[in-house]
Amino acid sequence: MLRIHELSAWYGEAQVLRGVSLEIAAGEVVTLCGRNGAGKTTLLRCVMGLHQGQRGTVELDGRSLAGQPAHRRARAGLGWVPDDRGCYATLTVAETLSLPPVVGPSPWSLEQVYDAFPHLHARRNAPSTTLSGGEQQMLALARVLRMGARLLLCDEPTEGLSPLLVAQVGDILRQAKQHGVAVLLVEQNLHFATTVADRHHLLAEGRVVESLDNTEVAAREKDLLAYLGI
Amino acid sequence: MVNFLQHTFNGLVGGAFLALLALGLAVIFGMLRVVNFAHGAIYMLGAFGAYVLLTEVGLSFWWALLVMPLALALFGMAVERLLVARLARLDPLYNFLLTFGLTLILQDAVKSRYGVQSSPYDAPEILSGSVDLGAFDFPAYRVFVLVIAVAVCVGVWWLLSRTRVGMVVRAATERPELSTGLGIDVGRWVTPVFGFGIGLAGLAGVLAAPIRAVNPLMGADLIIVVFAVVVIGGLGSIFGSVAAGFAIGLVQAWVQALGEHWALLSQVLVFLVMAGVLLWRPAGLFGREEAPA
Repeated sequence: MLRIHELSAWYGEAQVLRGVSLEIAAGEVVTLCGRNGAGKTTLLRCVMGLHQGQRGTVELDGRSLAGQPAHRRARAGLGWVPDDRGCYATLTVAETLSLPPVVGPSPWSLEQVYDAFPHLHARRNAPSTTLSGGEQQMLALARVLRMGARLLLCDEPTEGLSPLLVAQVGDILRQAKQHGVAVLLVEQNLHFATTVADRHHLLAEGRVVESLDNTEVAAREKDLLAYLGI
Repeated sequence: MVNFLQHTFNGLVGGAFLALLALGLAVIFGMLRVVNFAHGAIYMLGAFGAYVLLTEVGLSFWWALLVMPLALALFGMAVERLLVARLARLDPLYNFLLTFGLTLILQDAVKSRYGVQSSPYDAPEILSGSVDLGAFDFPAYRVFVLVIAVAVCVGVWWLLSRTRVGMVVRAATERPELSTGLGIDVGRWVTPVFGFGIGLAGLAGVLAAPIRAVNPLMGADLIIVVFAVVVIGGLGSIFGSVAAGFAIGLVQAWVQALGEHWALLSQVLVFLVMAGVLLWRPAGLFGREEAPA
Protein backbone atom coordinates (compact mmCIF):
# COMPACT_ATOMS: atom_id res chain seq x y z
CA MET A 1 0.00 0.00 0.00
CA LEU A 2 2.71 2.48 1.07
CA ARG A 3 6.16 2.37 -0.42
CA ILE A 4 8.92 4.70 0.72
CA HIS A 5 12.08 4.61 -1.36
CA GLU A 6 15.39 6.33 -0.62
CA LEU A 7 13.74 9.08 1.36
CA SER A 8 16.05 11.84 2.58
CA ALA A 9 15.06 14.97 4.43
CA TRP A 10 16.73 18.09 5.71
CA TYR A 11 16.10 20.83 8.25
CA GLY A 12 17.99 23.62 6.59
CA GLU A 13 21.54 22.28 6.30
CA ALA A 14 21.06 19.42 8.74
CA GLN A 15 20.15 16.10 7.18
CA VAL A 16 17.70 14.13 9.34
CA LEU A 17 16.76 11.25 7.01
CA ARG A 18 19.36 9.46 4.87
CA GLY A 19 17.82 7.25 2.24
CA VAL A 20 15.10 5.45 4.18
CA SER A 21 13.22 2.71 2.30
CA LEU A 22 10.31 0.70 3.65
CA GLU A 23 7.01 -0.80 2.57
CA ILE A 24 3.71 -1.46 4.28
CA ALA A 25 0.97 -3.69 2.90
CA ALA A 26 -2.75 -3.37 3.61
CA GLY A 27 -3.60 -4.84 7.01
CA GLU A 28 0.00 -4.63 8.15
CA VAL A 29 1.28 -2.81 11.21
CA VAL A 30 4.89 -1.64 11.02
CA THR A 31 6.71 0.20 13.77
CA LEU A 32 9.50 2.71 13.65
CA CYS A 33 11.65 2.67 16.78
CA GLY A 34 14.59 4.83 17.58
CA ARG A 35 15.91 7.36 19.99
CA ASN A 36 14.66 10.92 20.09
CA GLY A 37 16.00 12.80 17.11
CA ALA A 38 16.41 9.67 14.98
CA GLY A 39 14.02 11.11 12.40
CA LYS A 40 10.82 9.19 13.18
CA THR A 41 8.48 12.15 13.34
CA THR A 42 10.14 13.72 10.31
CA LEU A 43 9.49 10.53 8.35
CA LEU A 44 5.77 10.68 9.14
CA ARG A 45 5.69 14.35 8.22
CA CYS A 46 7.39 13.59 4.90
CA VAL A 47 4.75 10.96 4.14
CA MET A 48 2.03 13.50 4.98
CA GLY A 49 3.71 16.07 2.72
CA LEU A 50 4.21 18.51 5.59
CA HIS A 51 7.98 18.64 5.45
CA GLN A 52 9.74 21.02 3.07
CA GLY A 53 13.10 19.82 1.89
CA GLN A 54 12.83 16.12 1.11
CA ARG A 55 14.09 13.86 -1.67
CA GLY A 56 13.11 10.34 -2.64
CA THR A 57 9.77 8.77 -3.45
CA VAL A 58 6.65 8.09 -1.44
CA GLU A 59 4.03 6.00 -3.23
CA LEU A 60 0.51 5.17 -2.15
CA ASP A 61 -1.09 2.25 -4.05
CA GLY A 62 1.69 2.53 -6.62
CA ARG A 63 1.10 6.20 -7.34
CA SER A 64 3.68 8.78 -6.38
CA LEU A 65 2.57 11.39 -3.89
CA ALA A 66 5.24 13.85 -5.07
CA GLY A 67 3.90 17.38 -5.32
CA GLN A 68 0.63 16.48 -3.59
CA PRO A 69 -0.23 18.89 -0.79
CA ALA A 70 -1.02 17.42 2.62
CA HIS A 71 -4.78 17.86 2.38
CA ARG A 72 -4.87 15.77 -0.84
CA ARG A 73 -2.79 13.06 0.80
CA ALA A 74 -5.24 12.97 3.72
CA ARG A 75 -8.09 12.70 1.23
CA ALA A 76 -6.27 9.86 -0.51
CA GLY A 77 -6.61 7.89 2.73
CA LEU A 78 -3.79 8.88 5.06
CA GLY A 79 -4.82 9.34 8.68
CA TRP A 80 -2.37 11.42 10.69
CA VAL A 81 -2.18 11.07 14.47
CA PRO A 82 0.37 13.79 15.29
CA ASP A 83 2.76 13.55 18.21
CA ASP A 84 1.17 16.57 19.92
CA ARG A 85 -2.29 14.95 19.59
CA GLY A 86 -3.59 17.68 17.35
CA CYS A 87 -6.28 19.30 19.45
CA TYR A 88 -7.91 22.69 18.96
CA ALA A 89 -8.77 25.31 21.59
CA THR A 90 -11.46 26.75 19.32
CA LEU A 91 -13.14 23.46 18.40
CA THR A 92 -15.19 21.24 20.66
CA VAL A 93 -14.53 17.52 20.90
CA ALA A 94 -17.49 16.81 18.63
CA GLU A 95 -16.27 19.39 16.10
CA THR A 96 -12.73 18.02 16.21
CA LEU A 97 -14.14 14.59 15.37
CA SER A 98 -16.23 15.80 12.47
CA LEU A 99 -13.69 18.27 11.07
CA PRO A 100 -11.82 15.98 8.66
CA PRO A 101 -13.60 14.66 5.59
CA VAL A 102 -14.50 11.00 5.27
CA VAL A 103 -11.80 9.57 3.03
CA GLY A 104 -12.16 5.79 3.11
CA PRO A 105 -14.71 3.08 2.44
CA SER A 106 -15.43 2.13 6.06
CA PRO A 107 -15.45 5.16 8.33
CA TRP A 108 -16.55 4.83 11.94
CA SER A 109 -19.82 6.55 12.74
CA LEU A 110 -19.99 9.07 15.54
CA GLU A 111 -22.03 6.51 17.55
CA GLN A 112 -19.27 3.92 17.15
CA VAL A 113 -16.69 6.44 18.31
CA TYR A 114 -18.73 7.39 21.37
CA ASP A 115 -19.42 3.72 22.18
CA ALA A 116 -15.71 2.96 22.08
CA PHE A 117 -14.71 6.14 23.91
CA PRO A 118 -17.42 7.07 26.43
CA HIS A 119 -15.12 9.77 27.84
CA LEU A 120 -15.24 11.62 24.55
CA HIS A 121 -19.03 11.49 24.60
CA ALA A 122 -19.13 12.94 28.10
CA ARG A 123 -16.86 15.80 27.05
CA ARG A 124 -18.21 16.25 23.53
CA ASN A 125 -19.07 19.95 23.98
CA ALA A 126 -15.80 20.92 25.67
CA PRO A 127 -12.93 22.54 23.74
CA SER A 128 -10.72 19.65 22.70
CA THR A 129 -7.58 21.12 24.31
CA THR A 130 -9.28 20.90 27.73
CA LEU A 131 -9.26 17.09 27.62
CA SER A 132 -6.71 15.16 29.65
CA GLY A 133 -3.63 13.88 27.84
CA GLY A 134 -5.07 10.38 27.55
CA GLU A 135 -8.40 11.67 26.28
CA GLN A 136 -6.63 13.84 23.70
CA GLN A 137 -4.78 10.79 22.47
CA MET A 138 -8.05 8.89 22.15
CA LEU A 139 -9.56 11.82 20.31
CA ALA A 140 -6.70 11.92 17.80
CA LEU A 141 -7.07 8.21 17.17
CA ALA A 142 -10.88 8.33 17.01
CA ARG A 143 -10.65 11.16 14.50
CA VAL A 144 -8.68 9.19 11.91
CA LEU A 145 -10.99 6.17 12.41
CA ARG A 146 -13.93 8.43 11.69
CA MET A 147 -12.18 9.53 8.49
CA GLY A 148 -12.04 5.89 7.46
CA ALA A 149 -8.35 6.37 6.68
CA ARG A 150 -6.71 3.34 5.03
CA LEU A 151 -3.23 4.03 6.35
CA LEU A 152 -2.73 5.40 9.85
CA LEU A 153 0.42 7.35 10.64
CA CYS A 154 0.54 7.19 14.42
CA ASP A 155 3.19 9.20 16.23
CA GLU A 156 3.66 7.65 19.69
CA PRO A 157 -0.03 7.06 20.39
CA THR A 158 0.67 5.41 23.75
CA GLU A 159 2.99 8.07 25.13
CA GLY A 160 1.93 9.06 28.62
CA LEU A 161 -1.10 6.74 28.70
CA SER A 162 -2.08 4.52 31.61
CA PRO A 163 -1.64 0.75 31.02
CA LEU A 164 -5.41 0.41 30.67
CA LEU A 165 -5.54 2.98 27.89
CA VAL A 166 -2.46 1.49 26.22
CA ALA A 167 -4.30 -1.81 26.07
CA GLN A 168 -7.30 -0.07 24.53
CA VAL A 169 -5.13 1.58 21.88
CA GLY A 170 -3.74 -1.87 21.14
CA ASP A 171 -7.25 -3.32 20.74
CA ILE A 172 -8.22 -0.54 18.39
CA LEU A 173 -5.12 -0.89 16.21
CA ARG A 174 -5.57 -4.67 15.99
CA GLN A 175 -9.22 -4.18 15.10
CA ALA A 176 -8.29 -1.67 12.38
CA LYS A 177 -5.67 -4.09 11.08
CA GLN A 178 -8.31 -6.82 10.76
CA HIS A 179 -10.30 -4.47 8.55
CA GLY A 180 -7.32 -4.12 6.24
CA VAL A 181 -6.10 -0.78 7.58
CA ALA A 182 -2.32 -0.37 7.44
CA VAL A 183 -0.50 1.35 10.29
CA LEU A 184 2.88 3.02 10.43
CA LEU A 185 3.51 3.30 14.14
CA VAL A 186 6.19 5.39 15.80
CA GLU A 187 6.67 3.69 19.14
CA GLN A 188 9.14 3.66 22.02
CA ASN A 189 7.26 1.01 23.96
CA LEU A 190 8.70 -2.24 22.58
CA HIS A 191 6.34 -4.50 24.55
CA PHE A 192 3.36 -2.70 23.14
CA ALA A 193 4.89 -2.70 19.66
CA THR A 194 5.26 -6.49 19.60
CA THR A 195 1.60 -6.94 20.60
CA VAL A 196 0.26 -5.00 17.61
CA ALA A 197 2.93 -4.88 14.91
CA ASP A 198 4.15 -7.39 12.35
CA ARG A 199 7.53 -5.86 11.66
CA HIS A 200 9.81 -3.32 13.28
CA HIS A 201 12.34 -0.93 11.82
CA LEU A 202 15.06 0.53 13.96
CA LEU A 203 15.92 4.04 12.92
CA ALA A 204 19.21 5.67 13.87
CA GLU A 205 20.70 8.89 12.60
CA GLY A 206 18.25 8.99 9.74
CA ARG A 207 18.84 5.43 8.51
CA VAL A 208 17.00 2.14 8.96
CA VAL A 209 19.75 0.20 10.73
CA GLU A 210 17.79 -2.98 11.43
CA SER A 211 14.53 -4.57 10.44
CA LEU A 212 13.15 -7.19 12.81
CA ASP A 213 10.10 -9.39 13.24
CA ASN A 214 8.39 -10.04 16.58
CA THR A 215 10.45 -13.12 17.52
CA GLU A 216 13.68 -11.27 16.82
CA VAL A 217 12.55 -8.36 18.96
CA ALA A 218 11.61 -10.74 21.79
CA ALA A 219 14.97 -12.51 21.56
CA ARG A 220 16.98 -9.30 21.65
CA GLU A 221 14.79 -7.22 23.87
CA LYS A 222 17.46 -6.33 26.44
CA ASP A 223 19.82 -5.37 23.72
CA LEU A 224 17.28 -3.15 22.00
CA LEU A 225 16.06 -1.46 25.17
CA ALA A 226 19.62 -0.58 26.01
CA TYR A 227 20.06 0.76 22.52
CA LEU A 228 16.93 2.89 22.74
CA GLY A 229 18.18 4.21 26.05
CA ILE A 230 15.06 3.23 27.97
CA MET B 1 -28.91 60.74 33.73
CA VAL B 2 -30.48 61.44 30.36
CA ASN B 3 -27.22 63.06 29.36
CA PHE B 4 -25.28 60.01 30.45
CA LEU B 5 -27.56 57.72 28.44
CA GLN B 6 -27.10 59.91 25.39
CA HIS B 7 -23.33 59.79 25.71
CA THR B 8 -23.54 56.06 26.20
CA PHE B 9 -25.54 55.71 23.02
CA ASN B 10 -23.06 57.90 21.14
CA GLY B 11 -20.27 55.73 22.48
CA LEU B 12 -21.95 52.61 21.22
CA VAL B 13 -22.29 54.13 17.75
CA GLY B 14 -18.63 55.16 17.74
CA GLY B 15 -17.79 51.71 19.04
CA ALA B 16 -19.79 50.15 16.22
CA PHE B 17 -17.31 51.49 13.67
CA LEU B 18 -14.35 50.36 15.73
CA ALA B 19 -15.94 46.93 16.16
CA LEU B 20 -16.66 46.45 12.43
CA LEU B 21 -13.12 47.48 11.50
CA ALA B 22 -11.49 45.46 14.29
CA LEU B 23 -13.58 42.43 13.35
CA GLY B 24 -12.28 42.55 9.77
CA LEU B 25 -8.70 42.99 10.93
CA ALA B 26 -9.05 40.09 13.39
CA VAL B 27 -10.54 37.75 10.79
CA ILE B 28 -7.74 38.57 8.35
CA PHE B 29 -4.98 38.35 10.93
CA GLY B 30 -6.31 35.05 12.25
CA MET B 31 -6.33 33.36 8.89
CA LEU B 32 -3.36 34.97 7.12
CA ARG B 33 -1.20 36.27 9.98
CA VAL B 34 -1.19 39.52 8.01
CA VAL B 35 -1.66 42.83 9.81
CA ASN B 36 -3.60 44.67 7.14
CA PHE B 37 -2.42 48.23 7.39
CA ALA B 38 -4.60 49.16 4.40
CA HIS B 39 -7.75 48.57 6.44
CA GLY B 40 -8.20 52.29 7.09
CA ALA B 41 -7.74 53.12 3.43
CA ILE B 42 -10.42 50.57 2.53
CA TYR B 43 -12.76 52.20 5.06
CA MET B 44 -12.04 55.53 3.37
CA LEU B 45 -12.71 53.99 -0.06
CA GLY B 46 -16.05 52.71 1.22
CA ALA B 47 -17.08 56.21 2.26
CA PHE B 48 -15.65 57.86 -0.86
CA GLY B 49 -17.20 55.21 -3.06
CA ALA B 50 -20.62 56.05 -1.60
CA TYR B 51 -19.96 59.75 -2.29
CA VAL B 52 -18.82 59.11 -5.86
CA LEU B 53 -21.70 56.74 -6.57
CA LEU B 54 -24.13 59.42 -5.45
CA THR B 55 -22.59 62.46 -7.11
CA GLU B 56 -21.26 60.93 -10.32
CA VAL B 57 -23.48 57.92 -10.97
CA GLY B 58 -26.59 58.94 -9.10
CA LEU B 59 -26.84 55.78 -7.01
CA SER B 60 -28.40 56.23 -3.58
CA PHE B 61 -27.01 55.36 -0.15
CA TRP B 62 -28.84 52.03 -0.24
CA TRP B 63 -27.13 51.03 -3.45
CA ALA B 64 -23.79 52.11 -2.02
CA LEU B 65 -24.44 50.00 1.07
CA LEU B 66 -24.82 46.99 -1.20
CA VAL B 67 -22.32 47.75 -3.95
CA MET B 68 -19.30 49.14 -2.10
CA PRO B 69 -18.69 46.27 0.37
CA LEU B 70 -19.01 43.75 -2.46
CA ALA B 71 -16.79 45.72 -4.85
CA LEU B 72 -14.15 46.22 -2.17
CA ALA B 73 -14.32 42.57 -1.16
CA LEU B 74 -13.58 41.65 -4.78
CA PHE B 75 -10.78 44.21 -4.85
CA GLY B 76 -9.41 42.68 -1.65
CA MET B 77 -9.52 39.18 -3.11
CA ALA B 78 -7.60 40.38 -6.17
CA VAL B 79 -5.00 42.07 -3.94
CA GLU B 80 -4.66 38.87 -1.92
CA ARG B 81 -4.19 36.69 -5.01
CA LEU B 82 -1.87 39.05 -6.88
CA LEU B 83 0.21 40.53 -4.04
CA VAL B 84 -0.35 39.28 -0.51
CA ALA B 85 -0.12 35.59 -1.44
CA ARG B 86 3.28 36.10 -3.06
CA LEU B 87 4.72 37.42 0.19
CA ALA B 88 2.99 34.88 2.44
CA ARG B 89 6.07 32.69 2.83
CA LEU B 90 8.31 35.57 3.83
CA ASP B 91 8.60 37.48 7.09
CA PRO B 92 5.18 39.01 8.01
CA LEU B 93 6.90 42.38 7.88
CA TYR B 94 6.82 42.21 4.06
CA ASN B 95 3.04 42.09 3.97
CA PHE B 96 2.87 44.84 6.54
CA LEU B 97 5.01 46.99 4.24
CA LEU B 98 2.93 45.98 1.22
CA THR B 99 -0.33 47.02 2.84
CA PHE B 100 1.28 50.18 4.18
CA GLY B 101 2.42 51.07 0.65
CA LEU B 102 -1.03 50.26 -0.66
CA THR B 103 -2.50 52.65 1.90
CA LEU B 104 -0.31 55.51 0.67
CA ILE B 105 -1.16 54.79 -2.96
CA LEU B 106 -4.91 54.65 -2.33
CA GLN B 107 -4.91 57.77 -0.17
CA ASP B 108 -2.87 59.79 -2.62
CA ALA B 109 -4.89 58.58 -5.59
CA VAL B 110 -8.09 59.83 -3.94
CA LYS B 111 -6.35 63.01 -2.79
CA SER B 112 -5.11 63.87 -6.28
CA ARG B 113 -8.61 63.52 -7.72
CA TYR B 114 -10.79 64.99 -4.95
CA GLY B 115 -8.46 67.07 -2.81
CA VAL B 116 -8.20 66.92 0.97
CA GLN B 117 -11.40 68.80 1.78
CA SER B 118 -14.24 66.86 3.26
CA SER B 119 -17.08 66.05 0.90
CA PRO B 120 -20.63 66.36 2.22
CA TYR B 121 -22.80 63.26 2.17
CA ASP B 122 -26.34 63.24 3.51
CA ALA B 123 -28.05 60.39 5.26
CA PRO B 124 -30.96 58.98 3.25
CA GLU B 125 -34.21 60.86 3.71
CA ILE B 126 -35.99 58.08 5.56
CA LEU B 127 -33.27 58.05 8.25
CA SER B 128 -32.87 61.82 8.55
CA GLY B 129 -35.25 62.24 11.50
CA SER B 130 -34.87 61.09 15.03
CA VAL B 131 -36.14 58.12 16.99
CA ASP B 132 -37.82 58.37 20.37
CA LEU B 133 -35.87 56.04 22.64
CA GLY B 134 -38.01 56.76 25.67
CA ALA B 135 -35.70 58.91 27.74
CA PHE B 136 -34.45 60.94 24.80
CA ASP B 137 -34.60 61.37 21.04
CA PHE B 138 -31.73 60.01 19.04
CA PRO B 139 -30.83 60.58 15.37
CA ALA B 140 -32.45 57.79 13.36
CA TYR B 141 -29.36 57.29 11.22
CA ARG B 142 -27.16 56.57 14.23
CA VAL B 143 -29.66 54.05 15.52
CA PHE B 144 -29.57 52.45 12.09
CA VAL B 145 -25.75 52.26 12.17
CA LEU B 146 -25.82 50.60 15.57
CA VAL B 147 -28.45 48.07 14.50
CA ILE B 148 -26.55 47.16 11.34
CA ALA B 149 -23.23 46.83 13.17
CA VAL B 150 -24.67 44.65 15.91
CA ALA B 151 -26.49 42.51 13.34
CA VAL B 152 -23.28 42.04 11.33
CA CYS B 153 -21.25 41.15 14.41
CA VAL B 154 -23.87 38.64 15.57
CA GLY B 155 -24.08 37.26 12.03
CA VAL B 156 -20.33 36.75 11.84
CA TRP B 157 -20.36 35.11 15.27
CA TRP B 158 -23.13 32.76 14.14
CA LEU B 159 -21.31 31.97 10.90
CA LEU B 160 -18.07 31.19 12.71
CA SER B 161 -19.48 29.26 15.65
CA ARG B 162 -22.49 27.46 14.24
CA THR B 163 -21.74 26.49 10.65
CA ARG B 164 -19.45 23.96 9.06
CA VAL B 165 -17.72 26.73 7.11
CA GLY B 166 -17.06 28.56 10.37
CA MET B 167 -15.67 25.42 11.97
CA VAL B 168 -13.28 24.90 9.07
CA VAL B 169 -12.18 28.54 9.21
CA ARG B 170 -11.61 28.28 12.97
CA ALA B 171 -9.54 25.12 12.52
CA ALA B 172 -7.55 26.61 9.66
CA THR B 173 -7.00 29.80 11.67
CA GLU B 174 -5.85 28.11 14.84
CA ARG B 175 -3.65 25.36 13.43
CA PRO B 176 -3.16 25.64 9.66
CA GLU B 177 -0.64 22.83 9.32
CA LEU B 178 -2.56 20.35 11.45
CA SER B 179 -5.72 21.18 9.51
CA THR B 180 -4.15 20.50 6.12
CA GLY B 181 -2.83 17.21 7.53
CA LEU B 182 -6.44 16.34 8.35
CA GLY B 183 -7.62 16.93 4.80
CA ILE B 184 -8.69 20.58 5.00
CA ASP B 185 -7.67 22.69 2.03
CA VAL B 186 -6.63 25.69 4.10
CA GLY B 187 -5.44 27.67 1.07
CA ARG B 188 -8.93 27.62 -0.39
CA TRP B 189 -10.25 29.73 2.50
CA VAL B 190 -7.53 32.36 2.55
CA THR B 191 -8.75 34.50 -0.35
CA PRO B 192 -12.46 34.56 0.63
CA VAL B 193 -11.62 35.35 4.26
CA PHE B 194 -9.36 38.21 3.20
CA GLY B 195 -12.08 39.53 0.90
CA PHE B 196 -14.64 39.21 3.68
CA GLY B 197 -12.52 41.23 6.12
CA ILE B 198 -11.98 43.91 3.48
CA GLY B 199 -15.70 43.95 2.71
CA LEU B 200 -16.44 44.66 6.39
CA ALA B 201 -14.11 47.66 6.28
CA GLY B 202 -15.92 48.85 3.15
CA LEU B 203 -19.27 48.47 4.91
CA ALA B 204 -18.01 50.52 7.86
CA GLY B 205 -16.87 53.18 5.39
CA VAL B 206 -20.27 53.47 3.69
CA LEU B 207 -21.99 53.65 7.08
CA ALA B 208 -19.56 56.38 8.13
CA ALA B 209 -20.13 58.60 5.07
CA PRO B 210 -23.20 60.48 6.39
CA ILE B 211 -21.82 61.14 9.90
CA ARG B 212 -18.06 61.39 9.51
CA ALA B 213 -16.08 63.81 7.38
CA VAL B 214 -15.51 62.08 4.02
CA ASN B 215 -11.91 62.84 3.08
CA PRO B 216 -8.85 60.88 1.93
CA LEU B 217 -7.31 60.74 5.40
CA MET B 218 -10.41 59.69 7.36
CA GLY B 219 -9.15 56.12 7.59
CA ALA B 220 -5.57 56.98 8.48
CA ASP B 221 -6.66 58.62 11.74
CA LEU B 222 -9.06 55.88 12.70
CA ILE B 223 -6.97 52.83 11.86
CA ILE B 224 -4.38 53.54 14.56
CA VAL B 225 -7.14 53.44 17.16
CA VAL B 226 -8.49 50.24 15.57
CA PHE B 227 -5.08 48.60 15.86
CA ALA B 228 -5.07 49.46 19.55
CA VAL B 229 -8.57 47.98 19.84
CA VAL B 230 -7.46 44.74 18.21
CA VAL B 231 -4.47 44.48 20.53
CA ILE B 232 -6.68 45.13 23.57
CA GLY B 233 -9.16 42.47 22.48
CA GLY B 234 -6.40 39.98 21.73
CA LEU B 235 -4.81 39.61 18.28
CA GLY B 236 -6.92 37.28 16.17
CA SER B 237 -9.71 36.97 18.74
CA ILE B 238 -13.00 37.65 16.97
CA PHE B 239 -15.02 38.11 20.12
CA GLY B 240 -12.28 40.14 21.77
CA SER B 241 -11.99 42.63 18.93
CA VAL B 242 -15.75 43.27 18.79
CA ALA B 243 -16.07 43.59 22.57
CA ALA B 244 -13.03 45.86 22.77
CA GLY B 245 -14.39 47.97 19.89
CA PHE B 246 -17.64 48.73 21.68
CA ALA B 247 -15.89 49.14 25.03
CA ILE B 248 -13.39 51.68 23.70
CA GLY B 249 -16.18 53.55 21.92
CA LEU B 250 -18.05 53.81 25.22
CA VAL B 251 -15.06 54.90 27.28
CA GLN B 252 -14.10 57.52 24.70
CA ALA B 253 -17.62 58.97 24.70
CA TRP B 254 -17.80 59.08 28.49
CA VAL B 255 -14.47 60.86 28.81
CA GLN B 256 -15.43 63.31 26.08
CA ALA B 257 -18.63 64.04 28.00
CA LEU B 258 -16.58 65.32 30.93
CA GLY B 259 -15.84 68.50 29.02
CA GLU B 260 -13.71 70.10 26.37
CA HIS B 261 -10.38 69.97 28.17
CA TRP B 262 -10.79 66.19 28.45
CA ALA B 263 -10.81 65.85 24.65
CA LEU B 264 -7.10 65.22 24.50
CA LEU B 265 -7.36 62.48 27.11
CA SER B 266 -10.14 60.77 25.17
CA GLN B 267 -7.79 60.58 22.20
CA VAL B 268 -4.85 59.06 24.04
CA LEU B 269 -7.02 57.02 26.37
CA VAL B 270 -7.21 54.04 24.05
CA PHE B 271 -3.42 53.78 24.02
CA LEU B 272 -3.24 54.07 27.79
CA VAL B 273 -5.79 51.26 28.05
CA MET B 274 -3.76 49.24 25.54
CA ALA B 275 -0.55 49.69 27.54
CA GLY B 276 -2.36 48.72 30.72
CA VAL B 277 -3.93 45.63 29.18
CA LEU B 278 -0.61 44.53 27.69
CA LEU B 279 1.09 44.81 31.07
CA TRP B 280 -1.67 42.80 32.69
CA ARG B 281 -2.39 40.29 29.90
CA PRO B 282 0.28 40.30 27.18
CA ALA B 283 -1.97 38.38 24.75
CA GLY B 284 -4.86 40.84 25.12
CA LEU B 285 -8.12 40.42 27.01
CA PHE B 286 -9.42 37.48 24.97
CA GLY B 287 -6.24 36.41 23.20
CA ARG B 288 -4.50 33.12 23.74
CA GLU B 289 -0.76 32.89 24.15
CA GLU B 290 0.73 31.40 21.03
CA ALA B 291 1.71 27.80 21.72
CA PRO B 292 5.48 27.41 21.58
CA ALA B 293 6.43 26.03 18.18
